[in-house]
Amino acid sequence: MKGFILSFRSEFYKTRKTMGFWSAVLLPLLLCLLLFVGFFNKSDHLTNMPGMMAWLQFAGAILAVMGSLLLPMLIVFIGYSVNSIEHKADTWKSLFSLPISKLSVYAAKYTYAFFLVFLCLALFVLFTLGFGNLLSLLKPTLKFNEYHMEGLLTKIYFKLLLSSLGILSIQFLLSLLFRDFLKPMGIGFVLTIAGVILANVDWQYAYLYPYSHPMLTVKGLLHNRMGNGSDMPEITVDLFTKDIFVSLGVAVMVFIVGYFIVLKKSVK
Amino acid sequence: MVISTEGLSFNFGNQQVVKSLSLQVPEGSIYGFLGPNGAGKTTTIKLLLNLLKTDQGSIHVFDKELQSNRISILSQIGSLIEQPAIYLHLSGKENLMNRALLLQVSEQRVDEMLSLVHLTDAAQKKAGKYSLGMKQRLGIALALLPDPKLLILDEPTNGLDPNGIIEVRELLIRLVTQHNKTVFISSHLLAEVERMATHVGIIDKGEMLFQGSIKDLEAISQPQVQIEVANTVDAANFLKKQGFTVTDISDDHLLIPFTSKAQMGEINSLLNGNRYVVYSIKQIHKDLEKLFLDITQKA
Repeated sequence: MKGFILSFRSEFYKTRKTMGFWSAVLLPLLLCLLLFVGFFNKSDHLTNMPGMMAWLQFAGAILAVMGSLLLPMLIVFIGYSVNSIEHKADTWKSLFSLPISKLSVYAAKYTYAFFLVFLCLALFVLFTLGFGNLLSLLKPTLKFNEYHMEGLLTKIYFKLLLSSLGILSIQFLLSLLFRDFLKPMGIGFVLTIAGVILANVDWQYAYLYPYSHPMLTVKGLLHNRMGNGSDMPEITVDLFTKDIFVSLGVAVMVFIVGYFIVLKKSVK
Repeated sequence: MVISTEGLSFNFGNQQVVKSLSLQVPEGSIYGFLGPNGAGKTTTIKLLLNLLKTDQGSIHVFDKELQSNRISILSQIGSLIEQPAIYLHLSGKENLMNRALLLQVSEQRVDEMLSLVHLTDAAQKKAGKYSLGMKQRLGIALALLPDPKLLILDEPTNGLDPNGIIEVRELLIRLVTQHNKTVFISSHLLAEVERMATHVGIIDKGEMLFQGSIKDLEAISQPQVQIEVANTVDAANFLKKQGFTVTDISDDHLLIPFTSKAQMGEINSLLNGNRYVVYSIKQIHKDLEKLFLDITQKA
């Protein structure tokens, strides 16, 4: 356990000055800031909108792309950046000749990649709420103060986090095995596009395919919105749907398989 | 024995790169692991660090089996393999601090290592901007950081200038003589190892050709008598007539196998007595470079 904690801290120490780490912080900041500027300038159109709709528009702008491209590509990038730091510096050999178990080194790296995804999504929640509230302060005509979606937004992003675990473990393993950027990136991109298509055509087995999970999560929200007859949409998040269970299952399985690959793999 | 292997073999695919190697590295030695490029030195070192899985044979380090005591053995080894593994986006000091964090070593020790390898002034500079020699020195500092009992260094003087090479050599000798460490150092440069090693192993195409103390190596290197005379060809003919074997003639000297000091005196007086002016006469060892070639070519 000590080896795991030391390795995890070392992961942070190593990456704290790299784009891999900062992209997880800057991406939500920049996107939410952009959205904030957009809403601020177009506030006239939105003045008469009820608070709930304003919030849904605001948060939904990001959520709409989150499922299709943003989240999967972010994961592809994070999986790559966490491993490429060792490929580039040729440090696998020194990592695996440390007096720390291979499981600790491997698990710490995986956990760190997970942490980066978590951090990024948490910041999306934080910045969405922060900028939303800032809007309501600066432009009281917008009715952001009439509705609160802290709980709901957290729940949505939490589900997105869970839905991304399958992809994360696959991309993490690909990036661990392949030295160059193009292989995990290319494979990840193709699989993601396929996932989005499968989810969008409502293929009945899409829930079995990890790269469809974020899209299914987002689509699940939309479905709830349409399902209600009244003009006010009703959004409920059912956290543990079958695609989430598949995502978790894939994550655990690929993690274990990856460990045995690391164990058997010769360090070049 | 600090390192002892038995019948160690390793294949890359169909190619056997290490063949039934039996290393014996005694405590307190500087073991020079010699061989031409591609002889299997780095592969052997990776086997010793458990980076590669042993196909056949056994490895014992500190009298413990490597596979089943991996962590306790690795905690006493400092290593530098091929080009140093350095994070180029971090400064020299940050590289050491990161390793110190993993090994739970103090910052004070980091600063000591920096000054030991003369990188204190460049400590805050990004390692990506280091010269090859500076990177190599940082790699040595990383290896020394945990104050290991056994140092395994793969071509550590690669890229160092002559001063750097002398410093590393003196440092290693100091570590062994004053701090009771053991050093296992690979090299393809004989002259380099000859100057510091106490023990030598010579490997080619994965096979051990020679292993023993540096004295054993010198012993089999057949000492010769080198005679510097005015007219080497005539002198050589004269000596042949006297029943001596002349092994080599050049413009300024000739070589005769050494048997005893008395024989050297005899040659000297014979030549001088017959008006062959002897400028110098001395016993020499075949230099290791030549010896190495002989051994590797015979195999």
